[in-house]
Amino acid sequence: MESSHLRQQIAAMRQSFFDEEILDGQFCQLERLENRGNPNFVEEVLTMYFRDSTTLLQTVEQEIETDTIDLAKVDMMLHKFKGSSASIGANKVRNNITKTRQLLEEGNLEGAKLAFRELRMEHDNLRAKLEPYFQQQLRQVGPVETATRPKGSDHA
Amino acid sequence: MAAQGRHGGKKSNKMTALVVDDNTVNRMIHHRLLDNLGIENVAVVNGKEAVDIHCSGKTFDLILMDMDMPVMNGIEATRQLREMGIRSMIAGVSTRSMEREIREFIEAGLDDYQEKPLTMSKLISIIHKING
Repeated sequence: MESSHLRQQIAAMRQSFFDEEILDGQFCQLERLENRGNPNFVEEVLTMYFRDSTTLLQTVEQEIETDTIDLAKVDMMLHKFKGSSASIGANKVRNNITKTRQLLEEGNLEGAKLAFRELRMEHDNLRAKLEPYFQQQLRQVGPVETATRPKGSDHA
Repeated sequence: MAAQGRHGGKKSNKMTALVVDDNTVNRMIHHRLLDNLGIENVAVVNGKEAVDIHCSGKTFDLILMDMDMPVMNGIEATRQLREMGIRSMIAGVSTRSMEREIREFIEAGLDDYQEKPLTMSKLISIIHKING
């Protein structure tokens, strides 16, 4: 009963990601790459994504707050971030990256800083939503406990 | 000396591939895509490592080449591999969408180009070109 409820909860969480357009179909592509030999592939990829993205966002933030922004450097970092975001299906994050880059290219620095703040929010929102999702999945799999008889009680 | 396959790879039952990408997430995904198709694969992090691995004597049926990488980008790496006589299928994979940029990459010696993100169906279409 509890297992069924948990499954429904996980399914509902997952569906909400698509309904809210936080994730797109590329996430489903990732899920299809999981198999018995690699059951945690999606979580591993996302862990790596957030590890890299956290560092990158800090670096970009430091760069755009300076008086002499290296625009080419920032653009390349955002280009790379867009690539990995697209690869995991992070739809809103990807769109915000595009918006930030566009504003930087137009020379609209204040607009780009605002867009970057939105990007950070979307990124943090994505992580905040995915972490409990994977925790619930882990609960569903759970440690396998087998009932064992106490010692000295081997009788029918 | 191992017999050369159609695109320069070792002639064996199992197809081999080289993933060239500086991004960890992309390397993981491309590796898994290839693994799931039963393709033995190795990953390197930039164009120079791709050239170096070939200089060491290794060859692959397929090379998935990212465009923007530090040290040596995909355009230069592709050019050098072709100059070395490497005839493997080289498929460029990038998020670049401007025609001018893609054309420069293709003219460096690509056999195919696919826009990221790479999916199973895109990878299968690349592989069909090897076997076709």
